[in-house]
Amino acid sequence: MSHNDKYEAVIGLEVHVQLLTKSKAFSSDATEYGAPPNTQVSVITLGHPGTLPCYNKKALEFAVKIGLATNCSIRKENQWARKNYFYPDLPKGYQITQHTTPLCTAGFLVLKMEGYENKIGITRIHMEEDAGKSMHDQDPYFTLIDLNRAGIPLIEIVSEPDLRTADEAYTYVSEIRKIVRYLDICDGNMEEGSMRCDANVSVRLKGAEEYGQKVEVKNMNSIRNVKRAIEHEIIRQIDLIEKGERVDQDTRSFDALKGTTTSMRSKEAANDYRYFPEPDLPPIIVSEEYVQKVKSEMPSLPEQLKQKFISLGLSDYDASVLTEEKEIANYFMAVCNGTKNVKAAVNWVMGPVKSFCNEQAISISEFLIPAKTISELISMIDEGGMNFSIASQKLFPELLKNPSANPKQLAEGMNLIQQSDEGLILKYIDEALAKFPEKVAEFKGGKTGIASLFMGEVMKLSKGKADPKLTNKLLLQKLDS
Amino acid sequence: MNPLYSSLSQIKIDLESRKTDCISLVKHYLSNIEKKKHLNAFLEVYAEEALQQAALVDEKIKNKTAGRLAGMVIALKDVLCHKGHKVSSSSKILKGFTSLYSGTAIERLLNEDAIIIGRTNCDEFAMGSSNENSAYGNVKNGLDETKVPGGSSGGSAVAVQIDMCLASLGTDTGGSIRQPASFCGVIGIKPTYGRISRYGLVAYASSFDQIGSFTHSISDCSLLLEIMSGADDFDSTASSKAVETYSTKLNFNRKAKIAVFSDCINHPGIDIEIKSRTLNYIEELKSAGHEIEFIDFPYLDYLVPTYYVLTTAEASSNLSRFDGIRFGFKSENAVDLESTYKRNRSEGFGEEVKRRIMLGTFVLSAGFYDAYYTKGQKVRRLIKEKTEEILSRFDFILTPTTPTTAFGLGEKSDDPIAMYLADIFTVQAPIAGIPAITLPLFQHSNGMPYGLQLMAGSFKEAELLAFSAELMK
Amino acid sequence: MNMEVNNELIDKLAILARLEFDSVSREAIKKDLQNILGFVDKINELQLDDVDPLIYITDEVNVLRGDDVKQTITHEEAMKNVPVKDSDYIKVPKVLKGK
Repeated sequence: MSHNDKYEAVIGLEVHVQLLTKSKAFSSDATEYGAPPNTQVSVITLGHPGTLPCYNKKALEFAVKIGLATNCSIRKENQWARKNYFYPDLPKGYQITQHTTPLCTAGFLVLKMEGYENKIGITRIHMEEDAGKSMHDQDPYFTLIDLNRAGIPLIEIVSEPDLRTADEAYTYVSEIRKIVRYLDICDGNMEEGSMRCDANVSVRLKGAEEYGQKVEVKNMNSIRNVKRAIEHEIIRQIDLIEKGERVDQDTRSFDALKGTTTSMRSKEAANDYRYFPEPDLPPIIVSEEYVQKVKSEMPSLPEQLKQKFISLGLSDYDASVLTEEKEIANYFMAVCNGTKNVKAAVNWVMGPVKSFCNEQAISISEFLIPAKTISELISMIDEGGMNFSIASQKLFPELLKNPSANPKQLAEGMNLIQQSDEGLILKYIDEALAKFPEKVAEFKGGKTGIASLFMGEVMKLSKGKADPKLTNKLLLQKLDS
Repeated sequence: MNPLYSSLSQIKIDLESRKTDCISLVKHYLSNIEKKKHLNAFLEVYAEEALQQAALVDEKIKNKTAGRLAGMVIALKDVLCHKGHKVSSSSKILKGFTSLYSGTAIERLLNEDAIIIGRTNCDEFAMGSSNENSAYGNVKNGLDETKVPGGSSGGSAVAVQIDMCLASLGTDTGGSIRQPASFCGVIGIKPTYGRISRYGLVAYASSFDQIGSFTHSISDCSLLLEIMSGADDFDSTASSKAVETYSTKLNFNRKAKIAVFSDCINHPGIDIEIKSRTLNYIEELKSAGHEIEFIDFPYLDYLVPTYYVLTTAEASSNLSRFDGIRFGFKSENAVDLESTYKRNRSEGFGEEVKRRIMLGTFVLSAGFYDAYYTKGQKVRRLIKEKTEEILSRFDFILTPTTPTTAFGLGEKSDDPIAMYLADIFTVQAPIAGIPAITLPLFQHSNGMPYGLQLMAGSFKEAELLAFSAELMK
Repeated sequence: MNMEVNNELIDKLAILARLEFDSVSREAIKKDLQNILGFVDKINELQLDDVDPLIYITDEVNVLRGDDVKQTITHEEAMKNVPVKDSDYIKVPKVLKGK
């Protein structure tokens, strides 16, 4: 599209991440998803008169973790603020949040795109609480309110307007999702709402200094829809400008069915949230010691692991695939614990293991064959007791049925152990060569491809159990002599 | 008027000798409540429940398993949450609301076997200085029914004044315990901010509110404070400082160093007789060997404006939860979302409350926040630091509690500012977060009582109570 | 600062506070607010440039609780005081369409 040459998009993203604490931010009601409506509430969540908040220390820890994982500075003196507005799913008539003192500032994420990188600044990350759920479609006259979600701890990650394409936005949100899942602080499920994203999109002529009018886009309930919505919005804005029209300040909702954004502009004047320091909550002083302690307890991050895998000899692609999910990376590392053959470990995890998981639509944490069993399979192959195709096509399926079985015993029981007895193989070779004397002559005459005929015969004679590497070696030795 | 008993220790003697029992006590108080119900001090009387409780406590006394408040019959201001009981903040917007939990302070009293006899009338959402802002009618001063009892805890003050209970709980944000205590002739205390948990106190101004008591004796005041005080998992602002056993430390074994603000005692609004009697009293204290010094307090004129800027701001936010959606008053005219909010709230709240919400909203709104709210916070710092500086050199600050005795019903209710100025001596303590007590030492020639106020440094309740005990002898 | 309280300001504040005033009560509140503002304007007499605002009256810091789940009220109790509801949800009349 020629527009891409003339214009560039400027995109900033606000990602809300629901923290995986067991209890809520300011009260001890449960946070589990999917409970019957208004059953995970307390008088504090309901905003009953006389109730007061008390912050969850786990939520603080999680917030510090995401700050560290995104290279932010962690603030020492933190205050809470009230954001005042009225909405039925906001029980107190205000949200407890951080306004002037966000916990994390000045971080960044580097996006590895196709052929280039973009360092995306993270302006701030702050702690706050979620609101309840309003359902407008269940009843013609009433909105139904469920306050189970009210009070669940959130963190809000605000990026600098450093993103330039919808693809970058897609990658950015995917990266955040990956990181929060790695840290075990959020399950990153946009469909269920545990991770939510709003975008600020504007366009300007390439090379222009000033920003164009930004438009807020909401209601994108999947990472793919983030990309679609932004793509659409960029085109919409460019079209307006090309027609000589103005892009108005607006909040627009993405319609997933149509793939378009429509204005949500209400007649109400812009809200004045009247932020002021929350008098019911004293400040949180985050010491250097605390930050160090949290840092020391953090798991490796995807980028760190990816670099580690590359240093072990993996390709960039393989390292990326194996660090997509923490569970896959952990499984892979566990396999590597039992064998030095990293390449084989890659093949097994990216091959049979991942294929099976994909077919069955399960995650690797539900995969029942222990990593050390895979390590053993690799050792068995390396020691010559089996070849890869037998192992993957015959033994592996059996192990799927008996995941706790000892692979060596199982293989012996199935009579799969490869023949590595040189003497026996030489006998088979002699038999094969004796069967096709004219072919031997052809081989000696220069037709080296004939060797595969003899290989096939040895395999037939050994019922497939002859170690192919060894057989090949001995066969060629025999033929050369 | 002389109550049947003026302290729990007197009651305990008679309980011990079987001269009385809890049931008889409750019956006595119930009969006074009935006799004086035209004073409108009580919104609800738990007659049956109190008698049942009394029977249980009598049993415990027999078995020697009774708590430290066995024999104490107490009333709660209608802003204190008591599980299974209605609480309305004397407002229409909470009519019919039943609390699902008891506030921490209430629980601590119940755990020591106090008997709660009812909930008392007050100014709506604790906003007022005369108990003329209740949605359930004015409270009258029991000593002169043409006069106000004071506010906002008017009902609680009258309940103790007229012997409808031995003690009552009130709340104090700008003087709402001490001013009515002065007008009604009883002891009223506001502890240090954070001394008693606010969990269960319907919030007015979060950084000012404190629960306190009305009693006839310092011993009761001390015991109640001791039992209610202390850290609480449900209140992040409650102090973690250890609670002293105030009731055992009521001996002030030295001479006090007391500061008196010249500007206070010479304030143009003070009644002449109150001024001269207070000055005489100061002389008596000097003769008794205490050291009194008249000093300046440069911020006297800024106390009340600062108080109103900051408390209305906090209140405007604290009262946002009253929308008739999860609980509370629902208007018949609430037909859609917008009218739900506007009508539930406009029909549910009284005039004074709406006035303060509007002022508070203004103070916090964009464009005015720095000019009013931030300035208010700055002046608060000046007031607090100056007060603390004074209390680092003196044991106590002494003032009259109120510039006048109880004024007439309807006299000030049309003029909010005149009403606000009545708070001038009592707002300093909540602004600075320090404890303050009023002692019913005086009677005016017009027949009405008025109090002497003492303020002390943060968490110096032990000294404050001990010295008060000395003065009450 | 001589702040003028006009109808526009009252209307704006009323929207923010979700209160409504008829023309009579709006005049009354306008007058009250003007008087009160005149009264509180007193604090602007003080020199405050070098003073830090007092944000906390409590000395406590880092008051945090453990991540423990406690169910303190039942669904029935939660719904008990709700004016408009069904067995599961709190109900609020919708924003009228076309507004």
